[in-house]
Amino acid sequence: MSAISREETQELIQEVLEVYPEKAKKDRAKHLMINDKTLESSKKCITSNRKSLPGVMTMRGCAYAGSKGVVWGPIKDIISISHGPIGCGQYARGGRRNYFAGTSGVDAFCELNITSDFQEKDIVFGGDKKLAKLIDEIEMLFPLNKGISIQSECPVGLIGDDIEAVAKKKAADIGKPVIPVRCEGFRGVSQSLGHHIANDSVRDWVINNRAGQEFESTPYDVAILGDYNIGGDAWASRILLEEMGLRVVAQWSGDGTLAEMENTPNVKLNLLHCYRSMNYISRYMEEKFGIPWMEYNFFGPTKIKESLREIASHFDDKIKEGAERVIAKYTPAMEEIIAKYKPRLQGKKVMLYVGGLRPRHVVGAYEDLGMEVVGTGYEFAHNDDYDRTIKEMGDATLIYDDATGHELEDFVNKLKPDLIGSGIKEKYVFHKMGYPFRQLHSWDYSGPYHGYDGFAIFAKDMDLTVNNPVWQMMKAPWLKDAA
Amino acid sequence: MANIMIRKSAAGGLVFYLPKRDIEDAISSIEFDTPEKWGGELKLANGGTYYIDPIPEPARLPISLRAKRVDGVE
Repeated sequence: MSAISREETQELIQEVLEVYPEKAKKDRAKHLMINDKTLESSKKCITSNRKSLPGVMTMRGCAYAGSKGVVWGPIKDIISISHGPIGCGQYARGGRRNYFAGTSGVDAFCELNITSDFQEKDIVFGGDKKLAKLIDEIEMLFPLNKGISIQSECPVGLIGDDIEAVAKKKAADIGKPVIPVRCEGFRGVSQSLGHHIANDSVRDWVINNRAGQEFESTPYDVAILGDYNIGGDAWASRILLEEMGLRVVAQWSGDGTLAEMENTPNVKLNLLHCYRSMNYISRYMEEKFGIPWMEYNFFGPTKIKESLREIASHFDDKIKEGAERVIAKYTPAMEEIIAKYKPRLQGKKVMLYVGGLRPRHVVGAYEDLGMEVVGTGYEFAHNDDYDRTIKEMGDATLIYDDATGHELEDFVNKLKPDLIGSGIKEKYVFHKMGYPFRQLHSWDYSGPYHGYDGFAIFAKDMDLTVNNPVWQMMKAPWLKDAA
Repeated sequence: MANIMIRKSAAGGLVFYLPKRDIEDAISSIEFDTPEKWGGELKLANGGTYYIDPIPEPARLPISLRAKRVDGVE
């Protein structure tokens, strides 16, 4: 059951497109679709991973954001240098709240902004010497680091610095891995290419570091891929896997270490949470080491139950029993939570606009609470993400790719959802419009939301937001009082 | 020519993956499928056709190969 019919949704799209000039209208029309569950492939109805239109407000990030901010940043025991001007590093420093266990500045370095702080002279004469000096300084200041990654910002690519040469030389000097990552912000159309570049650099510089070394393995070794431990997510997932009898060898990359990543080729199964940002390395490990991978979803009890059973199906009866035991243990607690919050949230409509995996993964969690997702969309997804989304979403719901500020506001004004889940860039606009809003990138400084423990927090947060009386008292500042 | 990857699906069939274009689809038919000669024209479930040079059947899937687009989507 959907709140509005296909025709109405189609009208809505037409109305929103009306304001664009002819050419832009034609382009944007390809990025908006009405869901049809019978479709096997999204290719014919939605175009994705294309350059954003000049002149519209897009919510996308850059390749550097995808590599430093998402994939490399959360690895706690290596130091990621933001190589270039100082701003990029400052805004990418621990902003995603990738939690870690360790002492910041001693053996964990996620929260530090370590940058080569490019000046005019570095652009003119090149920054390689500065980079070499910076690596020596890091070694002196933070001797407990296990490795260094060099995250290039735009100018490094533009002036043609040879960071690979510096990395090789310095790696020999300090005896630790030094990984050059060519993730200049101008590459690609969004942060998505940054994920790919980061995956490729892991493939080329990390994954084979311990080839041939002994590793004490068990038949139950798994790795968590694509969980960035936002607000403690990976921990909430990890305890479930450990409770069912699996051994989690590595966390990529929230609260992860370089050693864990180097040991990953020894696992029996790769568990992939964020498909978009880590499918590349999973596919590589499948080909090179024969490690199967599977996607799972730890949002909301229904999906967790399905995922736990699917994970267990890759192992023997001991793990299968373990999965059932875990499900049985948490089911009463989950029923209690649903009984408490479902009456308060039943029938509420949600609109999502996030990135990575959430626009489809959290749908199940909302449905567990009796809520309905009426619109969803990604900032930087590819077609394979939409293939997966079509199956999760209801018929005739709205799907938007790389939505612009104007489109999002108009959709919200027409669909009038009871809750919007998006990021910080959208948050205050919708607050001013008087809509309940949760940030679904950083869990609005709450979390974790993964796993059974996370669902308890998720349900409470959604209730606190949706049923907050303040929203009825709000009037957008641009709407004049009638009086 | 494009880099592609062929892997086995959970159901046992072959899956074609073209990362550059995000095409991931089942292979509905493969021209040569014997231990000595494997490859040739690949017909995809989405209607596309690709060509890979015939090779001896790979011992293990997935395998990365170079493929030529013959016909169909992208």
